[in-house]
Amino acid sequence: MNKLDQLFKNKKEPVLNVYYTAGFPELESTTEVALSLQKHGADIIEIGIPYSDPIADGPVIQQSNMQAIANGISIAKIFEQLESVKSQLTVPVVLMGYLNPVLQFGMERFCAAAARAGISGVILPDLPMYEYEKFYEKIFREYKLHLIFLVTPETGIGRIEKADKLSGGFLYAVSSSATTGNNAAMNGQEVYFKKLQQLRLKNSFLIGFGVRDKATFDLAGKYAAGAIIGTAYIKALQSLKNIDQATAEFLQSIRPAHIIKPVNI
Amino acid sequence: MSHRSANLLHPDQHGYYGDFGGAFVPEMLYPNVRELQENYLKITATKKFRSAFEKLLKDYVGRPTPLFYAENLSRQYHTNIYLKREDLCHTGAHKINNTIGQVLLAEALGKTRIIAETGAGQHGVATATVCALKGLECVVYMGEKDIERQAPNVARMKMLGAKVVPARSGSKTLKDATNEAIRDWINHAADTYYIIGSVVGPHPYPDMVARFQSVISREIQKQLKKITGNELPSYVIACVGGGSNAAGAFYHFIEEKKVKLVAVEAAGLGIKSGMSAATTQLGTTGILHGSKSLLMQTADGQVTEPHSISAGLDYPGIGPLHANLYTSKRAEFLSATDGEALAAAFNLSKKEGIIPALESAHALAVLNNKKFRKSDVVVICLSGRGDKDLATYMDNL
Ligand SMILES: Cc1ncc(COP(=O)(O)O)c(C=O)c1O
Repeated sequence: MNKLDQLFKNKKEPVLNVYYTAGFPELESTTEVALSLQKHGADIIEIGIPYSDPIADGPVIQQSNMQAIANGISIAKIFEQLESVKSQLTVPVVLMGYLNPVLQFGMERFCAAAARAGISGVILPDLPMYEYEKFYEKIFREYKLHLIFLVTPETGIGRIEKADKLSGGFLYAVSSSATTGNNAAMNGQEVYFKKLQQLRLKNSFLIGFGVRDKATFDLAGKYAAGAIIGTAYIKALQSLKNIDQATAEFLQSIRPAHIIKPVNI
Repeated sequence: MSHRSANLLHPDQHGYYGDFGGAFVPEMLYPNVRELQENYLKITATKKFRSAFEKLLKDYVGRPTPLFYAENLSRQYHTNIYLKREDLCHTGAHKINNTIGQVLLAEALGKTRIIAETGAGQHGVATATVCALKGLECVVYMGEKDIERQAPNVARMKMLGAKVVPARSGSKTLKDATNEAIRDWINHAADTYYIIGSVVGPHPYPDMVARFQSVISREIQKQLKKITGNELPSYVIACVGGGSNAAGAFYHFIEEKKVKLVAVEAAGLGIKSGMSAATTQLGTTGILHGSKSLLMQTADGQVTEPHSISAGLDYPGIGPLHANLYTSKRAEFLSATDGEALAAAFNLSKKEGIIPALESAHALAVLNNKKFRKSDVVVICLSGRGDKDLATYMDNL
């Protein structure tokens, strides 16, 4: 069974999905960050594939992308890194990236390598549903990878249902029309969150964009299966602390009462 | 996996010209792009829109622009050279044909805030101008490097009431300004209309902008018919940044196979110098700013920073219509270096008394590289005037 499906089947409390950028802050940080996130209780690890022109991202994630590219990161390198810790990573790993680098790598080759590296799902925010159905759905099914689509408060009900049908693992509910790191994004969206709750979707949904601390995480958890945190964690990684310490403190601040199950490897 | 559209001129319903085009936008922009896709042809076909558009082009922009027989240049190159004088448009370039069309569309859609990206500043000025005319809030994103090299246009935009926001990421030029405009759009999707300045972006922008600019070739046809008795030239030559003046100058000739179309890209310091913006020579298929087209990029799919002396051509992509004209070989793609463009600008100034924009000078530069017959009718789209480039010209006097 896909690890994402397993997670949502067994989940008892809100799921915490933490995003970070591969190859940041150092080229070889990719694996250290993943293991540290797992150790300190992240339920899903979402790894960003750096791109020169990340149009849906605010300044913090943009900067991490630029730094990672300058560090020499590439998709081939990311897969190499992830394969090296595959046996140690028990939590589901999701890759998030813009379409262009993935297409240059080759979609079939990408999915094959992702499956080999133990990846559970992929988020490609600028891949339209039309293109996915026409060209790529078959490939994703073949490699048993979930593609995760985004919905926003402006997405119509029919389209939400279609995104849900095409997605696996979870549905990515963007809190409002915003780029990442916009603190206002979580304000006043309860009606939208309730609407998603009432739609009886096939997938659980996670709320992302603007989730950054305990209060916003708890708010998301009231309506959704959990939330995705990106910018706030990248900021934590920018601090001078070592990765493991920064990660421990960050996750502790989001879920102070969370009991971390020991990881069986 | 190709999308075969019926012809080279019109994209299919998903915005594809052959293998190029589409609408690769994150979900946050889907409603806006969808709204445009569903409405642009409907609204622009209405009598109300057409008459407002045509009236403004005539009384405000000053259309039709002249088709000028350049006698001295013709003598120099032993052929018949006509200049389509887009430099005489209000604000100094063809860009305003498009901004008039799009601001009317934005009005019809009830949008209250306008954003734009700009490279040379001509599109920014043209957008600020129509926003002043219509009383709309206007924010223009411009690369920090371009703000420096196109200072007069920055001053004009401010005087016209627009807010100019520097784009500080990447190469600090047109690509980065476009990224910032798209991010603004995502954060203000409900009330904001994004006036894209070239035949780039997600469907329907490439087709929409080409249609608004097609007035250029429509007029060329009429004017040539009157002057020579034949509405078809032998050649149409235009520079290509994103490709809007070229799309407009080619438009009504694309399906006239006898007319040779020549697109001129900016070679910068030379195609192989690593400092170039000649997309068809250096690019491969990729996705940037919402459409699949030819794109300068690394093997890893990171977009390469281009270089051109001309801010308006300093872009690592071209519109999907042009990518299709290139791969189908319907148009010939040439390039001119920074130096060749400068020389062509000085030549036109001395020979015809017209100081061209650096962008347009690239189109003029290929006169040196092509052999024409004495009887050929060569139309060059003089997309803009050179006032904005005086600082660069003075450095090279
Ligand atoms: C005078 C002039 N010509 C040409 C261009 C290039 O744009 P396009 O290729 O869309 O015509 C610009 C862009 O700023 C311009 O100002």
